[in-house]
Amino acid sequence: MELLVSAAGESTGNVPRSRWLLVHALAVFSFLYLPIAVLILYSFNGQGVGGFPPHHLTLDWYRILLADGPIWDSVLNSLQVAFAAMAISLTIGIPAALALDRAQFPGKALFRRLVLLPLILPGIITGLSLLMLFNVMGTKLSLLTIVLGHGTALISVATTEVFAGLQKLDRSQEEASLDLGANYWQTFWRVTVPNLKLPIIGAALLIFTLSMDEIAVSFFLIGRDNTLPLEIWGRLRRGITPEINAVSTIIFVFSLVTIVVWYRLRARSEGTEDFEARVV
Amino acid sequence: MFSRAYKTVVTVPPLLWVTVFLLVPYLLMFCYSFWSVSPEQVIVHSWNLDNYKELLQKTVYWQTLLRSMWIAARVMLFSLLLGYPLAYFLSFYAGRRKDLLYQMVIIPLWVSYLVRAYAWKTILGSDGVLNTLLQYVHLTRHPLDFLLYSPFAVVLTLTHIYTPFAFLPIYAALEHIPRNLVEASHDLGATPVQTFWKVTFPLSIPGVVAGATFAFVLSLGDFLAPLLLGGPSGIMISNIVVSLFGAAYNWPLGAAISLGMLVIVVSLLFLSERLEKKWSFS
Repeated sequence: MELLVSAAGESTGNVPRSRWLLVHALAVFSFLYLPIAVLILYSFNGQGVGGFPPHHLTLDWYRILLADGPIWDSVLNSLQVAFAAMAISLTIGIPAALALDRAQFPGKALFRRLVLLPLILPGIITGLSLLMLFNVMGTKLSLLTIVLGHGTALISVATTEVFAGLQKLDRSQEEASLDLGANYWQTFWRVTVPNLKLPIIGAALLIFTLSMDEIAVSFFLIGRDNTLPLEIWGRLRRGITPEINAVSTIIFVFSLVTIVVWYRLRARSEGTEDFEARVV
Repeated sequence: MFSRAYKTVVTVPPLLWVTVFLLVPYLLMFCYSFWSVSPEQVIVHSWNLDNYKELLQKTVYWQTLLRSMWIAARVMLFSLLLGYPLAYFLSFYAGRRKDLLYQMVIIPLWVSYLVRAYAWKTILGSDGVLNTLLQYVHLTRHPLDFLLYSPFAVVLTLTHIYTPFAFLPIYAALEHIPRNLVEASHDLGATPVQTFWKVTFPLSIPGVVAGATFAFVLSLGDFLAPLLLGGPSGIMISNIVVSLFGAAYNWPLGAAISLGMLVIVVSLLFLSERLEKKWSFS
């Protein structure tokens, strides 16, 4: 903390103002992390989800969680959904970014808006409109309908990430490849995709985690099999035990590991050790 | 340099997919809103304006919509009040720790939305962490029961969830401000306060607008936080839609409300895009 203050003082020589900003920043960070800290702490609490001070620290809830069949089934379902949604979003989202970057066609502006809309639209609208589609088509609700929902909503993520990558891309490499006799397919796989490796991996990770967490769209498209968030939702309505804290803690740790891996990956390919040191 | 075939191959599949899974569903929502439900609980495809008439006539829909907008407005305000100074601190004063602190703002986003709402429930409940803590240190004798199942709980939780969303575009806007503009203002004799209000803040407005839009729009359509923490006084417009698509079984009326929400959201997006353009300097 002292380091922060001194760094602030150096940059402007205006210590009092930066001190207020520092206090505010600390307050916001406490606010952001308080529920997460409580969540993790009470996953070890022998006596329920609330109650201060915590009593009888124990690993029992993790043991119960390990033996909890329905939870792990739902984790498996969520993993399947996330991988399938990732495949759809990338398969549609990457060409969509290429189209936005390189092709002119009637309705392009509308197309761009439509693709990006689910990113900012409340999930309930995406979920309900798809529910009506499946209803009219007579499709039975199942994990497949959730995959289609997530896949469609998350095209926006793939497209924005890849489009941003394309904007920075030097087209002369692709041009050279085409001039030297490679066809478009070869150029795409050997020049375009390798150059977009980072945006694509970044989008994939983001899509994967967003899909694992997603509940608003899934809420309306669920069939018989639950995803993990919906399984948790069902239990929240029946009464709560620290087992929910335990499963949330495990997923949080997984997400953290994913972020760290992603930053190491990015830092390595940017080739700056300094960057890596700062982030991790 | 790209052939017509290339352009067709990259354009047609996304175009088809988006048409089938986004455009058609929105159009269906539009159609549904003009249909009705027969007494035998069957959806009748006869076109009429009854759903919209009902929406205009019954005050419960208007009240709930207004309450939702008021909740969303508070979430937006608090997210900006928390997010802006934080972004300003990170961008101008954090020095070498900038990237680390930036990551620390993002990390809570990786905890699922549902789990964070649930965590607040365990904190705010009548035998939750906060109430038992207050009694433990003898500040209160009885649990404070206004904490949970109230609009307050919904606003608090949604603010927690959307503050990082408000922070991100503001931070990006602040980072894009050329530092020599700020220095020039100092050199020309402006006080730090003048510099902030005349140089830094105006240049960060596009970020503020984007962050505000995120926070407002996403909380306006929320239905899980109200279900979990809102109680009867915290019901929002999406909760009505959920019940119309569930137990109350009136999809057409639910579709009409959803379409109204879609119109509100899309107009806000257009408005914010306009504002962002107007205030952007490059």
